[in-house]
Amino acid sequence: MKGRALLALLFAVVLALPWVAPPYHVLLMLPFMAYAVVLLGLNLLFGYAGLVSFGHALFIGLGAYTGAFVTTHTSVRSLEAIVLAAALVGGVVAALVGALCVRYVKIYFGMLTLAFGMVFYTFLLKFYRVTGGDEGMRVLRPSLLGVNLDAMAKTDYLVGPYYYYSLALLVLATLAMWRIVHSPFGLCLRTVRDNPVKAESLGLGVTRYRWRAFVISGIYAAVGGALLGPPTGNVDPTLSYWTQSGNIVFMTLLGGFANFFGPVLGAFVFIYLQDTVMSVVPYWRLVFGAILAFIVIWAPGGLMGLFARGRPALTSRVVSRASS
Amino acid sequence: MIIEALELRKFYGEFCALDGVSLGIEDGEFVSIIGPNGAGKSTLVNVLTGVLRPTSGRVRFKDQDVHGIGAAALARLGMARSFQLVHIFPDLTVAETLEAAVISRLRRGGRLFASRARDREAQEAALEVAELFGLADRRGMLSRQLAQGDKKLLDVASAFALQPEIILLDEPTSGVSTADKTAIMEILVAAARRVGVRAIVQVEHDMDIVFGYSDRIIALHQGKVLANAAPADLRADTRLVDLMIGRRHGDL
Repeated sequence: MKGRALLALLFAVVLALPWVAPPYHVLLMLPFMAYAVVLLGLNLLFGYAGLVSFGHALFIGLGAYTGAFVTTHTSVRSLEAIVLAAALVGGVVAALVGALCVRYVKIYFGMLTLAFGMVFYTFLLKFYRVTGGDEGMRVLRPSLLGVNLDAMAKTDYLVGPYYYYSLALLVLATLAMWRIVHSPFGLCLRTVRDNPVKAESLGLGVTRYRWRAFVISGIYAAVGGALLGPPTGNVDPTLSYWTQSGNIVFMTLLGGFANFFGPVLGAFVFIYLQDTVMSVVPYWRLVFGAILAFIVIWAPGGLMGLFARGRPALTSRVVSRASS
Repeated sequence: MIIEALELRKFYGEFCALDGVSLGIEDGEFVSIIGPNGAGKSTLVNVLTGVLRPTSGRVRFKDQDVHGIGAAALARLGMARSFQLVHIFPDLTVAETLEAAVISRLRRGGRLFASRARDREAQEAALEVAELFGLADRRGMLSRQLAQGDKKLLDVASAFALQPEIILLDEPTSGVSTADKTAIMEILVAAARRVGVRAIVQVEHDMDIVFGYSDRIIALHQGKVLANAAPADLRADTRLVDLMIGRRHGDL
């Protein structure tokens, strides 16, 4: 009950934010909400299936570029259509990439996902006639729920309708993921993470469960990626660069992957911390490197692990299983 | 015949763990596989249950060639197993472990948006198995927090939760005190009767258990079947008994 009350309070604060906070802080919430969607999916793979992907920026890029293609090459401007197209493209590519990657585990899985991510990054960079190369592509302002909002000032559009649209999508994504991890599939996925040999002996096809988790996480990452484009009005290949994959793994560790809401908290803290540190020192990666080292050594359960004692034991075992 | 092995050979590099093993398990049988360490007992169970692929030879299960179909597919066909070294899901509770096995049996593992909490059938079936194995009062505990004997019991119980037609138990009483061994065997036999298991195959070192429960005993030595006979016939073979268990025949 305490947890639900806290969630309700946080939700009320997030709902009221555009009315009480300066636009700058509200605008920072947009990438947070997009990354939160990405991380909900990534954590199905990381925390629940025990597979650490270093290439999920591939799907973020796919989602973002799908939005750019749809708005600039077709007459479709509906964000609902963009999100659906991104989910479809992300799902199809994840099905193909995942079919190969999930046959491997531990470092081999991580390296294979990294390789696919870099292949896509290079494609975006070099096929400039299609992708715009390092300059990227424009994302025209999408309509929301069939309403064309081109007449609105950009900031008003982003801190108003787009903010609430992103929030609604995040809530939907959270509810769907909550059902997934509490479903029979979610339980079977945890058996696969804990002991694949035993899971197989119980008739649970390990590769099939890992593949499904990979596809779902790919869909989530693509949907999150589609939300990243409209606020800046542009997408470029850095969205698919390997450091982007590193960032989302970092966010997951920062929040704590053993907890359902850990990665969401990680995304929030990362976005605001990055903004604050960048405004103070130019070498923000140095500071983030130190934070990452601190988390891995002293707080493997992340921020949620620090709040809920007893979780680090679970987390450290999953970490050692995934990395050994 | 439920399961049949034909000329199984398994090499680990140069080492021959199984050397032309052929055997069959009939409906209603309780068969024990015995032999000294390194005889190939666990390798045989691993090959029969699809965990290992044989180098050559065939395994037939319910008149179907199951060569290379894998452990998960075999389990879905009705063959369950437990392991010599305890295999549990450390971060799942006892109830969750048994529920996962029941979900697998009911083919509900693919349900993405169904609520587990509302699946009464799966929960009640899991509870029934927990009660059968005396684990009901610990069903909320994480598996890794169980005592060693209970971990073993949970490993076996999860295999029974599949309601298999045949179950292969690799040293089901290892790591359990001598006093508890008979109690565990009684639980196993009762559970087998309850869930309708048609045949049990066990690897076992304790000769009191082997001779007390088996309809037939298969003796392995250096990867070969040395004997395949009823306990009474085997008991009469003094040379074989000495070779198998390293003690005088008169001790049995």
